[in-house]
Amino acid sequence: MIPLSWYLIVAAALFCIGLYGVIARRNIVAILMSVELMLNAVNINLIAFWRYRTLIDANAPQSTGLAWAIFVLTVAAAEASVGLALAISIYRRRDTVAAEEISTLRN
Amino acid sequence: MTFEQLVFILISAVTLGTGLIVVTYKNLFHAALAMMASFLGVAALYVMLDVGFMAAAQLLVYIGAISILIIFAIMMTRRVMDTQESPFNSQPGLALFTAVISFALIVAVLVQFWPLAVDATRVFGSKPILPASVFQGSIPALGYAFVSAAGYVLPFEIASMLLLAALIGAVAIAWPTSEEEEA
Amino acid sequence: MSFNLGDFLLSLIKFTVFDYIRSIYPDSPGVEIVLDIVGVVVVSTFCLLIVIFLIWLERKVIARMQDRIGPNRVGGKYGLLQTVADVLKLLTKEEIIPTGADKFAYNLAPFLIVITALLMWAVMPFAPGVIGVDLNVGVFYILSISSVSVVCLLLAGWGSNNKYALLGAFRSVAQLVSYEVPMILSLIAPILLARTMSTQGIIAAQKVPYMLMIPLSAIIFFVSSLAETGRTPFDLLEAESEIVAGFHVEYTGMKFGMFFLAEFVSTLFMSGLFATIYLGGWNLPIISLLMELAGGAPLNLDAIAFGRVIGLVVYFAKTFAVYFVFIWIRGTWPRFRIDQMLNFNWKFMVPLTIALVFTVAILDKVIPVGTSDLVRAGIHLASNLIVGMITMEILRRNGRRQRLAAEAQAQANRPDVAAAD
Repeated sequence: MIPLSWYLIVAAALFCIGLYGVIARRNIVAILMSVELMLNAVNINLIAFWRYRTLIDANAPQSTGLAWAIFVLTVAAAEASVGLALAISIYRRRDTVAAEEISTLRN
Repeated sequence: MTFEQLVFILISAVTLGTGLIVVTYKNLFHAALAMMASFLGVAALYVMLDVGFMAAAQLLVYIGAISILIIFAIMMTRRVMDTQESPFNSQPGLALFTAVISFALIVAVLVQFWPLAVDATRVFGSKPILPASVFQGSIPALGYAFVSAAGYVLPFEIASMLLLAALIGAVAIAWPTSEEEEA
Repeated sequence: MSFNLGDFLLSLIKFTVFDYIRSIYPDSPGVEIVLDIVGVVVVSTFCLLIVIFLIWLERKVIARMQDRIGPNRVGGKYGLLQTVADVLKLLTKEEIIPTGADKFAYNLAPFLIVITALLMWAVMPFAPGVIGVDLNVGVFYILSISSVSVVCLLLAGWGSNNKYALLGAFRSVAQLVSYEVPMILSLIAPILLARTMSTQGIIAAQKVPYMLMIPLSAIIFFVSSLAETGRTPFDLLEAESEIVAGFHVEYTGMKFGMFFLAEFVSTLFMSGLFATIYLGGWNLPIISLLMELAGGAPLNLDAIAFGRVIGLVVYFAKTFAVYFVFIWIRGTWPRFRIDQMLNFNWKFMVPLTIALVFTVAILDKVIPVGTSDLVRAGIHLASNLIVGMITMEILRRNGRRQRLAAEAQAQANRPDVAAAD
């Protein structure tokens, strides 16, 4: 039997790897890829908690975790499409995809 | 160490390893391929958690749609002289520090409630597993949850409106402007 | 029970080998793993070897349709070993890797496409009880593996370091991703009627074959599977008579052979899936219905002595009948342009499929629970035919309007031509 904490630690590790990617990468598309990794980590968390609760609790809701994970999946898909459309549009206007070169704020 | 745990460790190693490749590689196309492998690892974790439906949905949506979208975006935003630049911006050290500290804090809190020790009959540390698992494969329950008023019909409808808005927004953003049409 | 050679051979013929071995060694996890591995090896080898027969069949049938004979030199009067000769030719070709090719992507693409083509066979029901794994989300699993196989085309196009391969890969991906939508939506109708996504469950729930109950869904699924496997009339991207052969232009030898093989394996799989979902699979639903009407019990193939063999034969007969229709269409129809293909999908197939899903879902709820299966089937058939007739009427009016507009345009142009003379 795999203890619940193992799943949670894997999810936390994936989340922190994605966090590193978001903060440290230059390319916008790479940042979006790291955000997808973070969303996957959240999904693993949701499903692991729900599944382990159904293992020990007879009154556990039969579909909560699954429904929420599917909502997260849907929102991730919508956000990825809009984010990538924005990235392509920025590339067309500014001819660059490095996140630090797009900023027009002074200093 | 049972066979199941060995398989879990292997799958997690693949998922986290390819995740590291995603955040460090300079060649974005290889990073996208590694991201697909990471999604595959997450789908395998879902199979281990007995939710085959979610695993298939993960494959369909993440690998079959989002990854292809990302690869298209990579191909459309390529710059010619990408070989000498570092993939990181000016703060990789700070990022590493943040990520490691976050991970350490999360794990420190987690192991207090849900211990790491492998115990055959207790997964929550204090509560035993139900003798006969009542978990029947929850697809009809999921369907009912999505359309019943006591369930999640409101988030379901809002999610469909969100998808419609994302569709229209993406098309509107990527529509060629009049200068590009004359060119 | 101990191992008895006679019983083992008998169970081998009756296709109950796995149950026999499980009864000899009960409760042994090692035996389960060995049986799984044997099953995987058998199904994969079958799929890969039957392609030899399928290629020969296709060449012969298309040749006969084009009033010629087809291969008749290698291996006797009927050219039976022609494919073996082709495979040997592919194996001995020089492996040319283009300069600047992304080695990882270029080498991975042929393997991955064959892997995804073979993975789908895990949920194909060959006979009662003979299935790789009876997932309760079987059809959903098939759809997700088909969308994973789209990735391989991008790998091939990108890894070739060739602009034309990349363009061909983009167009292939656009076609495949677009035609997944009507395929998934049209499969909702039989899943709804069968109340399950498991393939064995869909076969068991077909009292009347779904082809007779929801023919519109069958047609839409057939057309989308033509597009998903890249067969004519949707094979613009890899056709042999086009100048640039699409995403696999830079592949030689056996790597090209892998793409070719994957297309045939997935075509056979789609024929098998059509036979399973719409024609009743290994079961004989019409005979079973007649037996029930005559007063007896419905047909149960698992209970008859050689029932599994009968089921297997029935399944293969249906699969090859559908495969013959695939070949027939290839031999007789011209192919679409890419913009015609995408227009057809988004402006015709998707609205039609949505209308179909509405009709089937609403009728399914409205029909009272106690009606017999035949009446239910009749109502669904009538609704499908009505939706089909409405669609035909709309198309006819649209076509007439376009033709009148084109004629008016031609009339407007003609006086100018006459005046210029």
